[in-house]
Amino acid sequence: MIWQLDLLILLLVVVCALATITVKDLLSATIIFGVYSFLMCLLWAEMGAVDVAFTEATVGAGISTVLFIAAILRTNRRSKD
Amino acid sequence: MKQRLERATGQHPGDSPIIKTSVRLLVPFVQLFGLYVIVHGHYSPGGGFQGGVALGASFILLALAYDLKTSIRHFSEGANAVLANTGALIYTGVAALCAVMGGLFLDYSALDKLIPLGPIEWRSFGIFLVEVGVGLAVMSIMVSLFWDISSGGEMDEGL
Amino acid sequence: MKALALIATVITGILLLYGTRDFPAWGDPQSPANRHLSPYYIENAVAETHVPNVVTAVLGDYRGYDTMFETVVIFCAGMAVASVLRRNKS
Repeated sequence: MIWQLDLLILLLVVVCALATITVKDLLSATIIFGVYSFLMCLLWAEMGAVDVAFTEATVGAGISTVLFIAAILRTNRRSKD
Repeated sequence: MKQRLERATGQHPGDSPIIKTSVRLLVPFVQLFGLYVIVHGHYSPGGGFQGGVALGASFILLALAYDLKTSIRHFSEGANAVLANTGALIYTGVAALCAVMGGLFLDYSALDKLIPLGPIEWRSFGIFLVEVGVGLAVMSIMVSLFWDISSGGEMDEGL
Repeated sequence: MKALALIATVITGILLLYGTRDFPAWGDPQSPANRHLSPYYIENAVAETHVPNVVTAVLGDYRGYDTMFETVVIFCAGMAVASVLRRNKS
């Protein structure tokens, strides 16, 4: 555990989470959510939970991003609020 | 969506020989890695879930780079449904077989009465059987989720 | 309305952060989980299951119910999406 790296990743996680819920364009929000997943994956790997990091990288950043993009292309790209 | 884009720009979106060739070269390695993660779960991080997702991602990659038809031709709808059910059935079936053979539910050492390998070896092998079931189920469910959501359930044109 | 929601969120966050003060520190060897449960798995997992990776042994054997119902949940999700969205080609 390097606490400087930890602090940097946690700050970026908070920034990404705030950006995901404030951005109006849903496609951008999906991509930022993918970045959030990768940062969480880094955090898990850094804490020593390699299995969880593996799952986060494959499901969170891989499959769910693709499914979100598919759903956006089938519905609407702009958010109402 | 794809047809609308095609009419607007006059060309097929994402129709690039670079993407197609690299995906064609990449898919076998992704699938090999998925199988490795499932089979090598006893010794390294990974297991049925992660390996199944990697295997499913290889078919999703195929559908993204080519189109939905190519993905369905490589992994047919019927095989997908059969594999999803088989995967869930392997897990619950192994668990129920343990109970039938006289042990507790999910106590793999009871399977020793079926094929004598030794109870501890059976616990190791039972974990492997169960991981294979999880991998099959997760792979086919991920692919079918992508097919359904990207084509709106029509299974004709995808993303 | 938005100000009210913000106040409620901030108060909930402060309460949750206050609750984490009672948690054991990260990686604390004296926490209850690390004193009773983890040593058992670390000492006995290889002897009892012949699986060198303790995480796999816990997920697949000691906590098999968890993994089984995780698979069943994913299976149900896939079946639900297929039954809602997929149309029969006649």
